Amino acid sequence: MPYPAYMEESIRKVEGTRERRLKEELPRIPVGNRMPVLQEFHPDFVKTSMRELLVGPNKGDRTPNELADLLEGNSRIDPDKIDLTRIDYDVDALIIGAGGAGAAAALIAQENGANVLLVTKLRLGDANTVGYQGGTQAADRPDDSPVLHYLDTMGGARFTADPKLVEALVKDAPDVIRWLESLGVIWDKKPDGSMAEVALAGECVPRCHCCKDYTGLEVMRVLRDEVRCRNINYVEFAPAIELIMDDKGQVAGAILVNLETNELSLVRAKAVVMATGGIGRLHIQGFPTTNHYGATADGLVLAYRVGCPLVDTDTMQYHPTCAAYPIAILGLLVTEKVRGLGAQVVNIDGEQFANPLEPRDVLASCIIRECKERGKGITTPTAELGVWLDSPRIDMIHGEGTVAQNLPAMVRQFGRFDIDITKEPMLVYPGLHYQNGGIKFSPNGATAVPGLFAAGEVEGGVHGKNRLGGNSSLDLFVFGRRAGKSAAQHAKEVRLGKLTLDHVRQWQRELKKAGLTQVRPISPKILPDYARQPHDYLADYVTERLHAGQIKVA
Amino acid sequence: MADATKVAEREEQKVTMVDIYIMGKRYKVPEGLTIMTALEYCGYRLIRGCGCRAAFCGACGTVYNFKNDPVLRYALACQKLVEQDMYLTQIPFFPAAKPSYDLEKMEPTGEQLLKIYPELVTCFGCNNCTKSCPQELEVMEFMSAAIRGDLKEVTIKSFDCLMCGLCAARCPQGLVPYNIALLCRRLHGRYLVPRSKHLDERIAEIEAGEFDVEIEELQKMSLEELKRRFDERPILKE
Ligand SMILES: Cc1cc2nc3c(=O)[nH]c(=O)nc-3n(C[C@H](O)[C@H](O)[C@H](O)COP(=O)(O)OP(=O)(O)OC[C@H]3O[C@@H](n4cnc5c(N)ncnc54)[C@H](O)[C@@H]3O)c2cc1C
Ligand code: FES
Repeated sequence: MPYPAYMEESIRKVEGTRERRLKEELPRIPVGNRMPVLQEFHPDFVKTSMRELLVGPNKGDRTPNELADLLEGNSRIDPDKIDLTRIDYDVDALIIGAGGAGAAAALIAQENGANVLLVTKLRLGDANTVGYQGGTQAADRPDDSPVLHYLDTMGGARFTADPKLVEALVKDAPDVIRWLESLGVIWDKKPDGSMAEVALAGECVPRCHCCKDYTGLEVMRVLRDEVRCRNINYVEFAPAIELIMDDKGQVAGAILVNLETNELSLVRAKAVVMATGGIGRLHIQGFPTTNHYGATADGLVLAYRVGCPLVDTDTMQYHPTCAAYPIAILGLLVTEKVRGLGAQVVNIDGEQFANPLEPRDVLASCIIRECKERGKGITTPTAELGVWLDSPRIDMIHGEGTVAQNLPAMVRQFGRFDIDITKEPMLVYPGLHYQNGGIKFSPNGATAVPGLFAAGEVEGGVHGKNRLGGNSSLDLFVFGRRAGKSAAQHAKEVRLGKLTLDHVRQWQRELKKAGLTQVRPISPKILPDYARQPHDYLADYVTERLHAGQIKVA
Repeated sequence: MADATKVAEREEQKVTMVDIYIMGKRYKVPEGLTIMTALEYCGYRLIRGCGCRAAFCGACGTVYNFKNDPVLRYALACQKLVEQDMYLTQIPFFPAAKPSYDLEKMEPTGEQLLKIYPELVTCFGCNNCTKSCPQELEVMEFMSAAIRGDLKEVTIKSFDCLMCGLCAARCPQGLVPYNIALLCRRLHGRYLVPRSKHLDERIAEIEAGEFDVEIEELQKMSLEELKRRFDERPILKE
C-alpha cells in the first residue's frame, strides 16, 4: 500500500523544501503565549466533550463523557451474592496490573519481604509499557541536572504538576536507569559506556534513554523474566472488577474474574497496589489510540468507588504524531524520538508550521489547526487528515543509516505496507495517547484510602495537565518501586478487620439517589467492544473510514 | 453474530470484499482489514491473541495458509492484511520452558548458558525458526551464536524479538529460541556492556543531597518567578 499518486505529488513538494529546511528552525511558542492555540484547537477544550460528575469524591468536577459514564457505572457484582469467607488467595501485597509499574512494584514488594500476588487482565506484560519507544528521562549527563529536569517537567505541565511528586520523579530517575541496567536492560550507549541520550520535546538537554525504538519491549521482557525467575505468583486473564474493604475502612483485597469462564475469585491482601495503566481504549471523542487492548480505565473506576479522589482527569494527552495512513495502522504511535532525531512536521506544501519539539499539547493543537483551519493537511483516500513527518531529513543530518539503526520498529512497521521511511515521510495526526491525571497519591505511593497504593499511568499529579515525553515510563518505575516498598511496609504493620463490600452497596445507593442506576453502564469496562454488533465502535469506525460514505453497517 | 456473512454480502456490491476462512468457515470481509480486525469484523470478541495491536507485544503470532496452497505462513495478526482465500486459525500463545535463574550469581559465558539451557546443543539447523519469524530475524543464526557462546552477536541479532513464540512452536527439538536469546541479552547487558561513569556519579551526587537546596528554592518561589526561570533556562543542542 504505497502512497497514492496525489499524495506522492505533495511528497515531491516536501522533498523540494528539504534542502532549505535543513537550516530552518521555527521558534518555540513562549509559555505565556500557548493558551490561544490550545483553547481553540486542543481536544480538551471542546466544551461538549466533558461533563460534571454527579456522584463520588470528585462530584462537580469535569471529565470526558466516556470516563464519566464509567466512573458513575453500576458495579459488576451483587454484594449479597458474594461469600467473603471463601477466600482464594491470602497475601501480603496484591498488585493489580502487570505492566511496568506492576512488575516493578511486585519485585520490590517481594524484596521487602512481602508475599506477593500479581494479577493482570491479559498476559503478563501485555500493557502500554511494552509499546513505549521514545525512552525514559533521567538527568544523568554532566551538563544536565535534576534541577533542569524539574523545571522542564513543571513547565511542560503548564505549572500544574505536584512539586513533591516531581521532585521524587527527577531525583529517583538516574537510579531507575541503573536498576534496569543491573537487571540486564541494554540502553543505547556510546562505545565508552556513557549513555546516548536523545532530546524529546520540552527538554532543554537531551535526556531520554532508549533501547533503539523498542525501549518498552526491552524493559518489559526483562522485568517479566525477572518476575518469573523470582517465582512471584501471578494470574493472567484475571482482571480485578471490585476492591474489597474491611470494617475499618481499609482496602483489603479484590475480586477477580476469569475472563474465559466468568468464575470469580477473592483475594485478601494487607495492601493493594493499583497499577492498571491508562484509558486509550475508551476512544475519547472518537480518537484512534496508541494504547494496548486492555487500557480501559478500570483502576480509576475501582479506586473511585472506595473513595479515592482523582486529579487532572479533565485532560488527556493527544500524541501529535500517530499514523494516519495506511488505515491498517491508523493511530499507531510514531515515536517522538523521530522528531528528537530531527524530523520536521510539514504541511501539504512542504512548509513547516510549528517547531517539531513543542510540547505535545501545543504541537497537537498546531497540527489540528493546520488541517482544520488552514486547510493545509493531506486527506487520505479513507478521509483521514494528516501532515507529513519528514523522516528522511534525519539521515541528511546524522548520516545515512541513522534511521535504520535508531528506529527499526518504525522502519519495519511502515515497511510492511511498502513505505520506506528512510526515503519518504510518514503521514501523521494526533491520537489519544495518555491519561495525564489519575488517582491522587503521595510520593510514597499511598492514596487517600488506607491500604491502597497507586503507581504508573493510573495515578495523577506527577505530570499535571500535560506530560512530557519520556516522563511516563520514568514515572512508572519511580512510583512502581516506591509503591511496592510502601505496600510491603504497610503489610507488616496493618491489622485487617472483617471483610466487607458495604462500599459497593453504598455506591449503588448513591447512584440511585442521583437517579443514575437505570441509565449507567456496568463498569469497569475490562475490554473494548470491537466485535461487530450494531453501534459498536471499531466495526463502524473502520468500515466507515475504509469506504467513506459507502457502507452502513446493519 | 448470527449473520455477519449475510451483512457482508449485502455490502458486497459496494466495496471490494475478500473471502477468508476462520477455522474452516467462510466469511466475507472488506479489503484492507488486518487479520485481527477481520476477526472482529466477523463478530469474534478477542480475549487471547490480542495485546498492543501495534507489533510490539507478540500476543498475536498467527499461522495461515490459502485455500489451494497448504504451505504455512506466519505473521502478526495485528499487522497482516487479509487476502483472498486466506485460511486462518487463532493460536493462543502457549507457555514454554522457562527455567529460573539468578542473574547476580551468573557469568556471561557460553558455559553458563549451556548450564541453564543444555538442550541448546541439539539444534540441528533446520531453519524452521527463521522461516517462522514475523519480525524476519535470523533466528537460526543467533541460535548458532548462542551455541558458540557469542552473547554480543545474539544480542545484536535478536534485539527486535517480540517473543511471540512462533519459533518455539515450530522447533522440532523443542527449543525455545526467544527465551534463550533473552538470557543472552540479559547477561550481555548486565555484565558485558561498559558501565556509564556519569550515571554512577550523578546517583552519588543525588544521594549526597547536592540538588536539594536548589529544588527547594524552585518549590518555594512564586509562580511568576518559576515561569521566568523556565523561560530563561538554556536550551542545549547537540
Ligand atoms: C505506544 C506507546 C508509546 C509510549 N511511548 C512512551 C515513551 O516513549 N516514553 C514514555 O515515558 N512513555 C511512553 N508511553 C507511555 C507509557 O508507556 C505508559 O504510560 C506506561 O507504560 C504505563 O505503564 P503502567 O505500568 O502504568 O501501565 P501499563 O503498562 O498499561 O500496564 C497496566 C496493566 O494493567 C492491566 N490491567 C488493566 N486493567 C486491569 C484490571 N482491571 N485488572 C487487572 N489488570 C488490569 C493491563 O492489562 C496492563 O497489563 C507510551 C505509551 C504507548 C501506549
Ligand atoms: S497485538 Fe501485540 S504484536 Fe500484535
